[in-house]
Amino acid sequence: MKRLRFNQQEIVFAVFAVLFLAFSIFLRGFLTPENMLTLLQNVAVLGILGLAMAIVVIGRGIDISLIAALAVPPGLVLQMVQNGHSLPAALVTAVLLTIAFGLVNGWLIAYAEVPSLFATLATGLLLAGLGQAALFQLDVVQWSDGMKGFERLGQGTILGIPTSIVMFAIACVVVAFLLRQTRWGAYIYAIGDNPYAARVTGIPSRPIIVLQYVVAALIGCFAGLVMAASVNSMPTRIFNSTLIYDVILVVVLGGIGLSGGRGGVLNVIIGTLLIGTMLNGMTIMDISYAGQNLVKGVVLLLAVITDSFLNPRNEETAQQGDI
Amino acid sequence: MKYAVRTAKVIAAALGLAAVAAPALAQQGLDEPFQKPFREALAGKTVAYVPVAMNFDLTEGWYAGMKKELEPFGVKFEIRDPNWNTNAGAQAVTSLISEKPAVMVIHNPDVQTYAKLLQRAENEGIYVIQINMGSAYRSSAFVGANWIEIGERDTEAVVKACQGKSNKIAIVQGALSAAASAYTLKGVENVLAKHPEIKVVSSQAADWDAAKAKAITQTVLKQNPDLCGIVGFWDGMDIGTAAAVKEAGLTGKVFVATSGGGERKGACELVKSGAFDLNMSYDVPTQAAQMAGTIKWLLSSGAKAGSVKGSEYTTLIPITKENADSQTACWNLSDLKK
Repeated sequence: MKRLRFNQQEIVFAVFAVLFLAFSIFLRGFLTPENMLTLLQNVAVLGILGLAMAIVVIGRGIDISLIAALAVPPGLVLQMVQNGHSLPAALVTAVLLTIAFGLVNGWLIAYAEVPSLFATLATGLLLAGLGQAALFQLDVVQWSDGMKGFERLGQGTILGIPTSIVMFAIACVVVAFLLRQTRWGAYIYAIGDNPYAARVTGIPSRPIIVLQYVVAALIGCFAGLVMAASVNSMPTRIFNSTLIYDVILVVVLGGIGLSGGRGGVLNVIIGTLLIGTMLNGMTIMDISYAGQNLVKGVVLLLAVITDSFLNPRNEETAQQGDI
Repeated sequence: MKYAVRTAKVIAAALGLAAVAAPALAQQGLDEPFQKPFREALAGKTVAYVPVAMNFDLTEGWYAGMKKELEPFGVKFEIRDPNWNTNAGAQAVTSLISEKPAVMVIHNPDVQTYAKLLQRAENEGIYVIQINMGSAYRSSAFVGANWIEIGERDTEAVVKACQGKSNKIAIVQGALSAAASAYTLKGVENVLAKHPEIKVVSSQAADWDAAKAKAITQTVLKQNPDLCGIVGFWDGMDIGTAAAVKEAGLTGKVFVATSGGGERKGACELVKSGAFDLNMSYDVPTQAAQMAGTIKWLLSSGAKAGSVKGSEYTTLIPITKENADSQTACWNLSDLKK
């Protein structure tokens, strides 16, 4: 008998649709074009980070250091400009730092074969500590006059659409192209699906893994620049926040399994939309902080439980290290 | 000619008189009896400083200010930086109690965590000065802002700005667990109780996070474009609040009141740019000077730790467009560190 089966992506999309419908009907001011744009704008940075995480997770890894890449290089840009360097020089330095950081991550994971969870946990702390100890004067690096014009990366609109949404869209297109249209993208899926088989078939798996972490760090840095431009400062303390869990949540909720090899940009978009809708609706309803956490927790639990009922773990493919 | 001679005589006489008197005066140097014990009381003493974290304008400013005042007297400074980790802070305080510094300067993360420890420290003979965020235990001294007053004055300004407008306001709180946030909220409530015409359309916590504050404010502004004012709880976070107001094109229409330590980039420049309409500053250098003064007084008094207890609430500086340009309204961390 053929059973009706849903995958996680469809379940989350259904939850999103139900929530969206309920809010549209019962919440005045939810279903307006302005509010829809705000909704997207508020989760744009989270979405961009989700893309970075997706690349790594598809390749069967995880990048806990993403928030450090978000906070430190863009913070360095603001700090350098504040200290009197030119904006292009600051940007180049930040990008070089980001690439170096990605290379270290990738080398540790691909060549030294440290599990990605521990490697990035450590390197993230290292980079954040370096920023705090040596690069920044204060936790919150303020915008300065030398940055004039750069705030357009995160503020204002392009053709009526808030810039941060446009940035998210651009990032989506770039990552989708990388994953679906290039050979490297195909390699990432292959490695995520079965790293040993990938290696046997002659895929240069170690360099590809390094590439994943470099790209992820660069996207993280880009997200940080958009964020800094949007709030006119870089609160580098964000490294200590729970943002990384939200990023993992977006990815996993969207249906990119942590065991690798599955999912794509669409999943990130769906995960981001669900989180965005929930946050936006609850802000409009002026639900208290504790209440919001409760609702978030319940919805996420429901999604995960439903998924585990409909798609039980397969003992053959399940492996150590799955979260 | 005659006149000149007379003048010369007078001068000579005066000089003679001076010659007689001068040695006598020079011999009468007076020893000030209290400065030596004061110097002795300070020299070699250790002051331990436990902020909630270093690396932000307030705690860096206090540290630089106190150091400047006390190091010339031979006072040694020790920082324990828990970096926003309450447990690490409690451990630092615990280990300090056994190390017995002369004074502990404590910035509490909340009202309860350190309270018992601070009491123990004073029983052990360590003076405890609590700064800006107090605990349930009242120690030798509290130096810091009165959060309730900040909440009240910010809200009063917002209420005033709302006169004749929609009377809709929003509140952007800090972290729910922080005493500073809860006290400020109490101040806000005090004023709102007197103004039933004011409607609070949103009162949410943004966790001291600028990005969260921006997200919340954006949504609130979309729902209530006629909002007339926002009470924010910290300028470092309300950069986000102000960015949302600016993006909605409502700068100048929505009155943004906030508070902070008065560092130039975080306060005066943002008021000048129109991002904030009011920033209640608790002027960190003055606070630091008061902390240092209290340390000097306590050490030189010889009073038993915990036998005297007092408070020094900061006189707030309201920073508005009028005084944002002045040299004295704000301060620079780099200057304070010199």
